[in-house]
Amino acid sequence: MADVVVERGRVARATGARKGSGLRNALGRKSTVAFFLTLPLILLIVLLVLYPAFYSLYLATLNKAMTKFVGLGNFTFLFKRETFWMVVKQSCIFAITAVIFKALIGFIVAHFVHNIPGKKQRKWRGMLLVPWVIPPAMSTLAWLWLFDPSYSAFNYTLSFFGVGPIPWLGETFWARFSVILVNVWYGAPFFLIMYLAALKSVPDQLYEAAAIDGANWWQKIWYVTLPMMRNIIAITTLFSLIVTFANFDIVRILTSGGPLDTTHLFATWAFQVGIQSSDIPLGACVSLFMVPILAVAAIFILRDVSKRGNEA
Amino acid sequence: MADVSLRKVIKRYDDVEAVRGIDLDIADHEFIVLVGPSGCGKSTTLRMIAGLEDISDGDIMIGGDVVNDVPPKDRDIAMVFQNYALYPHMTVAENMSFGLRLKHYPKAEIKARVTEAARLLDITDLIDRKPKQLSGGQRQRVAMGRAIVRNPKVFLFDEPLSNLDAKLRVQMRIEIKKVHQKVRTTTVYVTHDQVEAMTLADRVVVMNKGRIEQIGTPNELYHKPATRFVAGFIGSPAMNFIPCRLEDAAGTLRIRLTDRIAFALPPARAARYNALPRSDKLLLGIRPEHLTESHAHLDPGVETFDTVLDVTEPMGMETLVYFGLDGTPVCGRVNPNAGAKDGAPMRLAMDLNNMHLLNEETGVVL
Repeated sequence: MADVVVERGRVARATGARKGSGLRNALGRKSTVAFFLTLPLILLIVLLVLYPAFYSLYLATLNKAMTKFVGLGNFTFLFKRETFWMVVKQSCIFAITAVIFKALIGFIVAHFVHNIPGKKQRKWRGMLLVPWVIPPAMSTLAWLWLFDPSYSAFNYTLSFFGVGPIPWLGETFWARFSVILVNVWYGAPFFLIMYLAALKSVPDQLYEAAAIDGANWWQKIWYVTLPMMRNIIAITTLFSLIVTFANFDIVRILTSGGPLDTTHLFATWAFQVGIQSSDIPLGACVSLFMVPILAVAAIFILRDVSKRGNEA
Repeated sequence: MADVSLRKVIKRYDDVEAVRGIDLDIADHEFIVLVGPSGCGKSTTLRMIAGLEDISDGDIMIGGDVVNDVPPKDRDIAMVFQNYALYPHMTVAENMSFGLRLKHYPKAEIKARVTEAARLLDITDLIDRKPKQLSGGQRQRVAMGRAIVRNPKVFLFDEPLSNLDAKLRVQMRIEIKKVHQKVRTTTVYVTHDQVEAMTLADRVVVMNKGRIEQIGTPNELYHKPATRFVAGFIGSPAMNFIPCRLEDAAGTLRIRLTDRIAFALPPARAARYNALPRSDKLLLGIRPEHLTESHAHLDPGVETFDTVLDVTEPMGMETLVYFGLDGTPVCGRVNPNAGAKDGAPMRLAMDLNNMHLLNEETGVVL
């Protein structure tokens, strides 16, 4: 059947070769076909990513009323504000701490799950993925109740141990701790599943060879597991760093940036400045700051991945 | 270096017994090959010696010490795996020195040992490469190098040549033999390839269904197999088994293969088999090289018969001929100039001095 179609196509091409052969040649080229096939996606990216990105660049150069071009005025204004530097600091603390804990917990739990035999493993894998599949806005609401200073399950339980009510969301340290905790709870399963896949791809014989070479369990992890998982760890970390840095919903629902703006991230502060305080150009300006910071991280991590990709 | 002993070693997986009570003594410096078909328990036995599998029952001793509960790293053994199991992120030198580095050997000694092993295996030029940049044969050499630098009590090889092509396999086989001649470390080598077993081993252990069928030198196994399994497994093409029975005729003992083919046994064989009941169902075991073309001057004990060939396979230095005896397929080896042709009649000679007689039911060689 397929042969017939190909043959017909050839005949059609042969007869029509003289007319408009340039267009036909262009269409015949694989690269042209590939371009047209990806065109819908390219249009979607232009529409949803490039246009807003350039539009926010444009917005960032306007005054508050969006009537006058002020150049880099908004940026210089931001640099002078203490809150901005606090947001930079808090975003870095939030993203780096959360990613480190997500990676650590994901790595450890992946090892446990990896060693559970057969069918039981599937059940555990399913259960451990639950935090990741619940919409974060919903699960964060549940956490909000857990953190409630008066009626929460946490403080109620702690009261049995004589630990006084903890202002989970009312004090800077605890509020920062809480938003990071929820982010780790939500994001660790992603690391778990990526690391589990990576662990399964390490051949058992490497561990056996290491065991015979005299490696203990820690040396097996250090000399075999980690080097074999380096690329996955790097890519997962980068991806998670970007997503965590740009987090909005957890902080927005738990603290709205409080107390005293100390838990604000770029996204929540941009929202507050731009939407709630009706200074859209300044909000756009804040959100643009994420780009250079993440770009530097991406360059460093991806450069390492491509370097090592050649040896594995 | 050390001797290795296995005493009634059993390995059970749930209800299945993979290894069913193995007794084996391997002398110091000896090269032992465990050979058998897939699932016969040979790899499991090797892995139990290595400590990679727990033993369900029995004792394993290395150098006189029971090592049942000793982890692999403390057994002072080195293993070469089928898939090489080289660490892909390390260079050849790092791969080879990994075990020594873990044991905190002085750097100078590590370097000296790696250099010496690399020279022995002819991989000095590859020392800074990563495994990905090596061919299959080179990787296998590195895996052997990793074993040699440790200077262990015992070498364990788990089907090390199975992933190589036929030509390279022959080459590496010779390399392994040369290395053993130089380092003389006690070696246990697992393979399913009987040619490897025959060419490498001081002694071969033939295994089947979790048990040892026979232990012996390659020549012993070939010429004096104990069971039908060993007789059929060792040798290529395999030994022919032809249903037969003994009969007495005019004071001589004869072996009857078909209604029209019966041969008088040579005196030595007749004396050996005379006491057997004539009613027993027997098998005549005869190797293809003892079924050749007939010629004018036949030795005593060589009998001729006429047959029609089904198929011939010219191999160059010999031609394999296939024919049937009452429905039993039989293979013979004739001179390429003997004129064997597909479908043609041919007179063949059977050397009964090299025959084996087996009990059909028990499979025991009589």
